[in-house]
Amino acid sequence: MELIFFYLVALVAVTSGFLVITCQNPVNSAISLVMTFFCLAVFYVMLHAPFMAAVQILVYAGAIMVLILFVIMLLNLGAESKRRYAHNVVGGAAAGVVVLLIGSFIVLRGQVTGLVGDITPQVIEQVGHTELIGQTLFTRYLLPFEITSILLLVAIVGAIVLAKKEV
Amino acid sequence: MLTVHHYLVLGAILFTLGTIGVLTRRNAIVIFMCIELMLNSVNLTFIALSRHLGNLDGQIFVFFVMAVAAAEAAIGLALMITFFRNKESVNVEDFNLLKS
Amino acid sequence: MHSYDYLWLIPLFPLLGALINGLLGKKIKNETVIGAIGTLAIASSFVISVIYFFRLLGDSQKVHEQVIASWISVGTLQVDWGFLFDPLSALMLLVVTGVGSLIHLYSIGYMHGEEGYYRYFSYLNLFCFSMLMLVLGNNALVMFIGWEGVGLCSYLLIGYYFHKKSAGDAAKKAFVVNRVGDFGFLLGLFLLFWTLGSAHGVWTVNFVEIQANAHLLGAGGAIVTAITLLFFLGATGKSAQIPLYTWLPDAMEGPTPVSALIHAATMVTAGVYMIARMNGLFAMAPDTMMVIAIVGAATAIFAASIGLAQNDIKRVLAYSTVSQLGFMFLAVGVGAFTAGVFHLMTHAFFKACLFLGSGSVIHAMHHALHHAHVHDDPQDMRNMGGLRKHMPITHITFLVATLAIAGVPLFSGFFSKDEILHWAIGSTHGHWGLWLVALFTAGLTAFYMFRLVFMTFYGQERMVEKAKKHLHESPAVITIPLIVLAVLSVFGGYVGVPELMWGAHRLEHFLDPVFGATMATYGIGMLPHSAAFEWGMVAAAVIVATSGILLAVFMYHMRPDLPGKVVASFQGAYRTIHNKWYVDEIYDALFVNPTKRLGTFLWKGFDVKGIDGIVNGLGKLVQLFSGALRITQSGLVHNYALTMVLGMVVIVAFYVFR
Repeated sequence: MELIFFYLVALVAVTSGFLVITCQNPVNSAISLVMTFFCLAVFYVMLHAPFMAAVQILVYAGAIMVLILFVIMLLNLGAESKRRYAHNVVGGAAAGVVVLLIGSFIVLRGQVTGLVGDITPQVIEQVGHTELIGQTLFTRYLLPFEITSILLLVAIVGAIVLAKKEV
Repeated sequence: MLTVHHYLVLGAILFTLGTIGVLTRRNAIVIFMCIELMLNSVNLTFIALSRHLGNLDGQIFVFFVMAVAAAEAAIGLALMITFFRNKESVNVEDFNLLKS
Repeated sequence: MHSYDYLWLIPLFPLLGALINGLLGKKIKNETVIGAIGTLAIASSFVISVIYFFRLLGDSQKVHEQVIASWISVGTLQVDWGFLFDPLSALMLLVVTGVGSLIHLYSIGYMHGEEGYYRYFSYLNLFCFSMLMLVLGNNALVMFIGWEGVGLCSYLLIGYYFHKKSAGDAAKKAFVVNRVGDFGFLLGLFLLFWTLGSAHGVWTVNFVEIQANAHLLGAGGAIVTAITLLFFLGATGKSAQIPLYTWLPDAMEGPTPVSALIHAATMVTAGVYMIARMNGLFAMAPDTMMVIAIVGAATAIFAASIGLAQNDIKRVLAYSTVSQLGFMFLAVGVGAFTAGVFHLMTHAFFKACLFLGSGSVIHAMHHALHHAHVHDDPQDMRNMGGLRKHMPITHITFLVATLAIAGVPLFSGFFSKDEILHWAIGSTHGHWGLWLVALFTAGLTAFYMFRLVFMTFYGQERMVEKAKKHLHESPAVITIPLIVLAVLSVFGGYVGVPELMWGAHRLEHFLDPVFGATMATYGIGMLPHSAAFEWGMVAAAVIVATSGILLAVFMYHMRPDLPGKVVASFQGAYRTIHNKWYVDEIYDALFVNPTKRLGTFLWKGFDVKGIDGIVNGLGKLVQLFSGALRITQSGLVHNYALTMVLGMVVIVAFYVFR
């Protein structure tokens, strides 16, 4: 039952991902990308990470994609050119296939190793996913978290400086 | 039985789609979206492995990746606006100042 | 014990003068100010030199060293900026600054209205500075600084009229020929330093220490002979001796006061001074001494013979200078260091007077010919004659100096030349052959100098008619130095009247602290002779000089048609000496042209084809490769991204499939 659902959602994700790179109109690509993001959010829920799913929807589908769409509309880029692809479309596709082959090889032949923890679905049920993330984030990862805020500040300032007409 | 490998292969496929998009498309904004797709495929891999290993560190990484992606979106789109203002285009083949 | 603390001011003044005139002269513009700065600078040095000279006379200690600062201090090599003040350098200081001051004064008038007036005075001051460093230096390296400095100034001043090709060529020739000599000087210095240091543990370039330790080298050894011969090669370059004399006659392209100061009175005597300064070293090598004496005698007669047949007034004087320098080398070669220095001094007086006198003549002739609008050569004696009436002061002073150089008794040249002749036959290093050559040269000298006088000042006036009324005496600023030098030419010899003529030979006693020890140690001195023999020698010299003069009087004054007949009957000989024995042509064929051909080959064959070929070939090769590589640099973002991905794939694949 779960497997069938996975394949269903995965099919949607791959299809919309494929549409992203094939659509003539950037708006259509953007919409397809949002679709992919939604699918990913579903996978996060299936992986017992409901907080990440919410953030995925809020940040990606909500903020970033809106920004991209806004820019597309602003620059009025709707299907300006018949030629979607660059000259080296064959080379790019071949490189992509090689990447896929190597990636699959790693996944299927490799062994999953890493730091094993004790966060089981039962623990998440009891404590709550958001609380667990918050605890880790504000204890072990406090410094990177604060640095992230500086990164965002820099990005804001940079975006304003770059987009301003006269400096 | 749904294993972690299913998620990993799905991540690989999405990553490949993103790579192909980056390498072949001419529209800079579409390329930008393909980069987001690649980032998300990695996010999926992170969360799948985090779940598999029972360790929350991977999800924290996803959190940071999202922050970086947000910053990147701001800067990248600002760059695109600047470029469009100069060249009336967001076609990467017009990014040709390096060409003699 | 007296104080000589301000010795360093002597070279400093001319240096300051050179700097002021050189840097600010273009702004000053006023010729009087520029000339005054230059003259005052050297005159101040003269005043100090005179004060210190008299202080030294009354001093019991005769050799003073003064170290200003350390210059080079590397391992065993210790070189200071130091000065050596002893009777020899004191005398040279007087000559250089005294004659130098007069010539500066003269130049104010002579160079009037020339372009680059300030440049001239700057160079002249710089020359004086270098010459004073050469004279005063207490070690061979400081002397070498001066040695090179005077060479440079000589080059600059010969090429003063640089827009004239002949002047530029002459300057280059002087410089290149001098380089050959300087090379010998340096090699000699290296060999001396190394031999004294490595074999005997005395690492020094200081003159006093060289003098004190020269005996370690072993008298008559091969090494010491090599060292002294190399030094002598340096001296032949600077002092215009065979084989390196050819530059001096060409150097007459420079302004006449320069010829007087540099190419007659001071710089060219540097070689003699250098040998006198290192007398202890040279006395160790009797073979070298013999070579020096022979070269000196040969140069003397050779140059005198060329002087017989020249028509350019300055060229005659130039060959006369070479000849007189030969006399000086003959003197130091037979061990008569005092006589060499003595002749150096008297020669400075009368030869400077002669050159300045010729400058006065040329000045007047140039002026007159210019006003007459003719382009005859103002230096050619065939255009002169009868100038006596127009230029009385120049005539008298010139005549006095000519009498001095001819060796007429009671004039200064008589005493110094007689002493050289005397030593040439009578000293332990002497030989009657040398004496005979020198005596004959003295006769030739008297002859060609009086030929010059008669062609210039006597006889009929051969210049263009229109020019005659423009001839007049030079201004006082030119005639005063002439008069002073003429007086010195007469009385300058009285410091060295020998005992034979009831004199005290003060100069010999004065210079004794420098030469006395060497003479005593190596047994250099006069053989015992009877007074009658000595008087005989004097009489021979006087007779030869007088007959030379009389011959000139007969040929050029009483029978002006005779020279032409003589030339006609000895065509071949005349042409040979008129063309300076074809030495320049021989040197051209032997050294200059092969070098030029080698240079041309290196330029066209080696440089253009070889070096440039390699360089251009490398360039072509790089172009070829880059043409191939340039395909990868398409300038398209996609291609770069693709390359990046491929690189990433390769790296990951390497780790996966390893």
